[in-house]
Amino acid sequence: MRERKSPVWVIADVENGRLPPVSLQLMGCARRLADQLETAAEAVVLGHELASMPQELVAAGADRVYMGSDPNLAHYHPEIHPALIADLAAAHAPQVLLVGSTPVGRELAPLVAARLSTGLTAHCIDLRMKAKGVLEQKIPAYGGVITIVCPEKRPQMATVAQGVFPLPPPDPDRSGELVDISGPFPAPRQVTVLEVVTREPEGVCLENAPVVVAGGAGVGGPDGWREVVALSTLLNAALGCTRPAVDEGWSELESMIGQSGKMVGPEVYIGIGLSGEQQHMVGIAGAKLMIAVNNDKKSPVFTQVDIGIVDDCRSFVPVLIDAIRQYQKMKGSASCP
Amino acid sequence: MLNIVVCMKAVPDPKQACNIKIDPRTKTLLRCDVPLVVNPLDRHALESALQIKAQQETHISVLSMGPPEAGAIVKECLALGADTGILLCDRQFAGADAYATARTLAAGIRNIGAVDVVLCGMASSDGATEWVGPEIAVFLDMPVVTQVEKIVDRGENTWEVSAALGHGYRRLRVSLPAVLTVTRNLNNPKTLSFSGIIKARKKTITTWGLADLALPAASAGIKGSPTIVTTMQAVENTRAVTFLEGSRQEKADQLVQKLSALGIL
Repeated sequence: MRERKSPVWVIADVENGRLPPVSLQLMGCARRLADQLETAAEAVVLGHELASMPQELVAAGADRVYMGSDPNLAHYHPEIHPALIADLAAAHAPQVLLVGSTPVGRELAPLVAARLSTGLTAHCIDLRMKAKGVLEQKIPAYGGVITIVCPEKRPQMATVAQGVFPLPPPDPDRSGELVDISGPFPAPRQVTVLEVVTREPEGVCLENAPVVVAGGAGVGGPDGWREVVALSTLLNAALGCTRPAVDEGWSELESMIGQSGKMVGPEVYIGIGLSGEQQHMVGIAGAKLMIAVNNDKKSPVFTQVDIGIVDDCRSFVPVLIDAIRQYQKMKGSASCP
Repeated sequence: MLNIVVCMKAVPDPKQACNIKIDPRTKTLLRCDVPLVVNPLDRHALESALQIKAQQETHISVLSMGPPEAGAIVKECLALGADTGILLCDRQFAGADAYATARTLAAGIRNIGAVDVVLCGMASSDGATEWVGPEIAVFLDMPVVTQVEKIVDRGENTWEVSAALGHGYRRLRVSLPAVLTVTRNLNNPKTLSFSGIIKARKKTITTWGLADLALPAASAGIKGSPTIVTTMQAVENTRAVTFLEGSRQEKADQLVQKLSALGIL
């Protein structure tokens, strides 16, 4: 009976030969949505040498996993993967299709959505199933949260960043059907992938860092940014930023915290020269203690943090760095006779 | 002659975007006169086209969909060196989501005719979606590469590009015509020059409405959008702030004490 209803789908990503946490987090979310709809939760995973990935998806909640394993699928290809997934979705008509906001997912999702003539909501911070199978997709905007729905077209597609949903505890006793997608796979016509280079991030990794120092537009320029970097290094903190700081070229996209960037939950967060825009703040909402430095006492950031320092960050950060160095020197000399 | 279309979005100035608020009572947007600017990443797309134009014979069309006020931002692109400015402007285009926007822009690109490369910023600062470039590519049946950081080689029929992929990158060869979405690492956009502003005075902006495009009314604007916004909610504050008082040095010392108490120094 269950199979008759349109399933809920997750497109699982493969990063460096394994499933990124977001794919399993989305599988847990899909399981919850599928239970509400009394239908199946299913995953699609494309790659080469998938090893235990399909079983991991089953343990995370999948009733069925479509798996394509082929040397030609080893690296995401902008012509092959989206076409293959769109064809599969057209054949199996999922009512919901979730994609992780990963580097690959962000290119793949719109290519699939346009092929299926359906909507796609970017970087949701919550998904809720409502009556008649309508999925409420929440995104932060303009100091609040807006709800987006895709009332008619199917599937209802959304991307979700890592860390929005919890990792479901794996259930090794769950059983699911593994369906091989056999070739031949669509041949590339217009794009040749010459090389794929993966790199490990420099510095402290944002996702699990106990302390995060983040800067925004108020940092003012490259000189101010160097001070923010110096503070984060001194605190052994991960360096984060807002979108304006990326746009200004001070920081990198991979350091961006927020709806379309990373979701983090450190013990301590220090926000410097940022205005508390919702897109950024949702990414840090899980922090235990939040501190902000901004020269405007009326800045919205001060309604969202625990400790506020009203000062020009360009003047304050160097003084703070000196104070920390002084303290560390004192502590160092006290502990070393 | 290389024909490049640069898709450009006029967005509320991201530096003032925090002034746009949801009215908690009416649940509508309070815009507070935030001025429109060129979407920051689209500046990099335009700069890339301008640099290519400096090296080979190139015609640059800037294409934007937006309200009449966006015309001034298209004009700014002409002052920066674009040859033609086209504004897709019609009440029927209003309320478009990324899908309907991409369909309308794709119809605009078809209207332009001979196109070798479509350049877009990889994301808009206001919507933060990255969908428009790739969706244009699907509608035009062109290949797409997102997050281009470097144009390595420009052949007559194929380009080699390097694109960001998380912390790493990928190198691809793509046949033309193609859509490329660009990151800010591609270049450093030049600022407006006085001579550019003078030259742009002679350039005119073409405005196309729905009737000018091969696009059914049902595919444009809110009617052509698969997604709709149903509610807007203001967010309630969950934290109560304590301000540190005193001189700059005193505030820094207090903060050091707090960080020390948490064991992170």
